[in-house]
Amino acid sequence: MNNILEIAGLRKKFYQLEAVAGVDFEVREGEILGLIGPNGSGKTTLFDCITGIQRPTAGEVRFMGKRITRMKPHCIYQLGIGRTFQLVQLFPGMTVLDNMIMAIQESEGTVLSRLFQMDESKDEKKAIELLEFLNIIHLKDQIAKNISYGQQKLLDMGMVLMSKPKLIMLDEPMAGVNATLGKEIAERLIELNRRGCSFLIIEHNMRVIMNLCHRIVVLDYGKKIAEGSPEEIQNNKQVLAAYFGG
Amino acid sequence: MANLTRKKRPVTRILHWTIFLGVIGCVPVIFGGNAYYMYVATLIGIYIITSMGLNFTLGYTGQISLGHAAFMGLGAYTVALMTLNGYSFWLALPLGVLITFVAGLALGLPSLRVKHHYLALVTLGFGTVIYLLFSNEYEITGGFSGLPGIPRPSFFGLDLSSDIAFYFLVAAFLVLLTGIALWILNSRWGRAFKAIRENDMRAEMVGVSLLTYKLLAFAIGAAYAGIAGGLLAPLMKFVDPTSFPVHESFWFLIMLIIGGSGRFEGPFVGAIVVMLLPQFLRGTQQLYFVIFAAITLILLIFWPGGLTSLLDVFFRRVLRRNPPQFTK
Amino acid sequence: MFIQLVVSGIAIGAIYALVAIGFTLLWQASRTVNFAQGDFLTVSAVLMFIFVCLGVPFIWALLITVVIAAVLLGFVVKKAIIQPLIDRSHTTIIVATIALSFLASNSVATFWSAQCRAFPQIFGMTPYRFGSIALSRQNVWTIIIAISLILAINLFIQRTKPGKAMQAVAQNREAAKVLGINISRVTTMVFVMNAVIVVFAAMLIAPVFMVRFDMGAQLGLKAFYSAAIGGFNQIRGALLGGFLVGIIETFSSAYLSTEYREAFVLVVLIAVILIRKEGLLGTEEQ
Repeated sequence: MNNILEIAGLRKKFYQLEAVAGVDFEVREGEILGLIGPNGSGKTTLFDCITGIQRPTAGEVRFMGKRITRMKPHCIYQLGIGRTFQLVQLFPGMTVLDNMIMAIQESEGTVLSRLFQMDESKDEKKAIELLEFLNIIHLKDQIAKNISYGQQKLLDMGMVLMSKPKLIMLDEPMAGVNATLGKEIAERLIELNRRGCSFLIIEHNMRVIMNLCHRIVVLDYGKKIAEGSPEEIQNNKQVLAAYFGG
Repeated sequence: MANLTRKKRPVTRILHWTIFLGVIGCVPVIFGGNAYYMYVATLIGIYIITSMGLNFTLGYTGQISLGHAAFMGLGAYTVALMTLNGYSFWLALPLGVLITFVAGLALGLPSLRVKHHYLALVTLGFGTVIYLLFSNEYEITGGFSGLPGIPRPSFFGLDLSSDIAFYFLVAAFLVLLTGIALWILNSRWGRAFKAIRENDMRAEMVGVSLLTYKLLAFAIGAAYAGIAGGLLAPLMKFVDPTSFPVHESFWFLIMLIIGGSGRFEGPFVGAIVVMLLPQFLRGTQQLYFVIFAAITLILLIFWPGGLTSLLDVFFRRVLRRNPPQFTK
Repeated sequence: MFIQLVVSGIAIGAIYALVAIGFTLLWQASRTVNFAQGDFLTVSAVLMFIFVCLGVPFIWALLITVVIAAVLLGFVVKKAIIQPLIDRSHTTIIVATIALSFLASNSVATFWSAQCRAFPQIFGMTPYRFGSIALSRQNVWTIIIAISLILAINLFIQRTKPGKAMQAVAQNREAAKVLGINISRVTTMVFVMNAVIVVFAAMLIAPVFMVRFDMGAQLGLKAFYSAAIGGFNQIRGALLGGFLVGIIETFSSAYLSTEYREAFVLVVLIAVILIRKEGLLGTEEQ
């Protein structure tokens, strides 16, 4: 199996603190990889480094064999990495539908063609399908900041799905989402995964992680302390120690 | 007076355009006999164009620019110098637009590295330097004595030098530039601009090239101001540095906020109110500054959408449509 | 000549530094960039001038102005304008302070006078002589007073409890909140402190500049440039920036070109911002 994402010796230092202290792992094509670890173990910083928001101090990230370490975030997105955020990041003053279309409009055509393309029915249709699936279609003309947090979370997810990324990175997708909806999201993830989409997921809900993921990487203090199948991780002494301080 | 955006029904759109063109057409019918009123009306048209430009940069894209007076000055001096040397206005204006567009691109560059107050500073610095150049390069700009005797243009043999004819020239540009602004804002560019204003980090994470769009927002805003300047020079038949101090950029800012920043009608309402109110009140210029600055603060705190948002609420109440919705 | 230039450069630089420190304090405590800083200075100078004209002894005029400024330019501005806008974008606050600047300077022009008035020479006119060198009293006292004030501010921030709270808020708002610091109160205190600093700066500059409704505009900008050159989030930065701007300005107008003396400072500023945007001594912020 090929690796879709490879991370080698990645480090990120803030002042004196090393948030990511030399991490290596890879996401295989078609896999759902879980990334877990106690609070402050560097998971979100790692996400930021992969997606180009933060510049890693050292190390390398490769996506489908291509080095993306120093690339701009928008280029990385256009290569096919989509991401959600721990605290939802939307365009709060724009409508739900505009948020959705925004997520795809830059992926096609040239800058100039975007000035002249007035027909958006194709993207609109896609957006509406996704909103229907996420059960927030009735909100499509609402201003994004006026909808509830759970709905915003769904919208964030919907935006990621718009551009059909090859790798989806989810930062705590289940936090603040009710159980029924959580289940639906999980089902959709599995469905997308079956169609060939790879996932890298940060999640604190262990049941979700253990059920969903093929493999799990555990971070603590910016270092990888374990890697393996859900069963292996559950029985790993070091992981238990990191979580429960035992 | 809701937002003129793509989703509006064609009827509403035609209605808006009819009112807009109707008002433009009525002004000379009513005030045509009075040269001063025509001058004020023409000036309002020019200030609307400048504010529309600032609305691209600040209102829609959220990038502060304190260099707008300088852009206007660049446009005005280009047209003044070229027409005084015998070149056609129709050659001078496009050149002025080109120069301001490029200057806007150049000034947009720092916006990629710095934000907010640093950007305010850099653009302010740019404005100051341009102003100093206008005032001190006597050989070219005439320094504080300015450049008198700028001719008004003609159009394919049609003489546009009378006040009413020149008014129509400015009005034609206003209509054209309004159309272009609507086009740009309703296109995907407009959405990308707003996305940058709303959340630039997320915009980058959905593939928006901040480089491209921020530069575009600056350059378009600058080009609008350049055209406005290019029209101001033949209107006044005279340019001097005192029309384009840094102070004037603050004034455009206040105009836009009063009208409604990030709203399509904002520049129209802002320029009209700010230019007309002093015609009704009698007092010193400083008194208007006090009044408008106070209005700006009150609007910023209570109605960030400016007078446009107030009008919006008013019309909705009157027409008993949807309950008012305040947007950011 | 050279020594005199250095002294007057340092004197004007000390005033810039003082005003710039006010700037950085506001920035650190509330992320407010005060474009009205120069106009605060104008208002203070005018108040002082009015009291002196009414026959109030200078020291009392100063004290009364300090109290009025602390209430009006510190407390009221913070509560009425900055507080409601503090959760909006930085750009909104910038626009608000620009409007405030318009409001302040034009109110002075409308309701007081648009004319230029001479402020009393509080330090006297006869220059100090050291051998062959004559130094103006104004410059010498400006340097002494400004530097003692800067030391006092520093001492306040380093040693006192409220000063330490200010530092905590500046470094990490969230952590400060967790530690039980009332951020809003600290911010108000900083605004009041800034107003007081500005009054002293006004006292030092008024005899040189004359009192006029737009006297502060240039000064506020210079202080802003100083803060940006030195580093917005560091008092040391404001200090360095202030002296640098004062000296660059004095020397460039003496030896290079009077017309473009503003431009030299700007070129330095733009270069610093583009090369090291945090300023010479500033640190990177999130």
